[in-house]
Amino acid sequence: MIPLSWYLLVAALLFCIGLYGVVARRNAVAILMSVELMLNAVNINLVAFWRYGSVLNPDSAPIGWAWAIFVLTVAAAEAAVGLALIISIYRRRDSVIAEELDLLKN
Amino acid sequence: MTLEQVVFILVSLLTLGTGLVVVTNRNLFHAALAMMASFFGVAGLYILLDAGFLAAAQLLVYIGAISILIIFAIMLTRRMMQAREAPFNSQSGLGLFTAVATFALLAAVITRWWGVEAVSGRPDVPDTVLQGAVSALGEAFVSANGYVIPFIMASVLLLAALIGSIYIAWPTQYTEDEA
Repeated sequence: MIPLSWYLLVAALLFCIGLYGVVARRNAVAILMSVELMLNAVNINLVAFWRYGSVLNPDSAPIGWAWAIFVLTVAAAEAAVGLALIISIYRRRDSVIAEELDLLKN
Repeated sequence: MTLEQVVFILVSLLTLGTGLVVVTNRNLFHAALAMMASFFGVAGLYILLDAGFLAAAQLLVYIGAISILIIFAIMLTRRMMQAREAPFNSQSGLGLFTAVATFALLAAVITRWWGVEAVSGRPDVPDTVLQGAVSALGEAFVSANGYVIPFIMASVLLLAALIGSIYIAWPTQYTEDEA
């Protein structure tokens, strides 16, 4: 018997690990990987709330799964566009360090 | 402590430990491998939550597709695989503080929220309901009362994103002064 709060705490910790990676990493690919960790943490929350809450309600039974699938789709789209941008930037600037990509700054 | 709790703790430690490796490792390739292990741990959590279909989708989409895509990107920008550059920027201390403070806030809310008490008991669900969850999801995705519009929107989003990423990554001639 696992309390719901254990799942929520694990998801919160995974989210914060990803948050640290997004804020602190220099490499753009590493930032993308940290974003994927954060999206996974959100999905754990959705599925945990589905299992502990709406699973017996016939009207809203699959809502947690449906949202998790949509998050999965958006994550795939985000990874594809992000990596295409990184490859394009690498061709132009020969660098994927986020701090050096300051074309719009000046 | 029951066997289920032991399994949960082991799977959580796998997920969080490899997650830490992802954000701290200097070698990006090792970070990507750790990310695959972390996704695997999340799939284990889905199985503990009786969501076997989502665990399979997690394995196919995250480990099978997204991780491979990221490893491709790391290898195409191969110079960045070498660990001579500092992995963290100048605001990493502030970032660590932000992450720890966010977790403290979330943990305080989760442990004190009355709703956790209200749903602390995990409902005992008959196996037929759990086995019917996949077909219920499939019907909800194509029924007008369910999620048919979001489902089509997600399909269009995915198609547009993939076409756009092919267009962005298409090799073109760049002039020198742009670099």
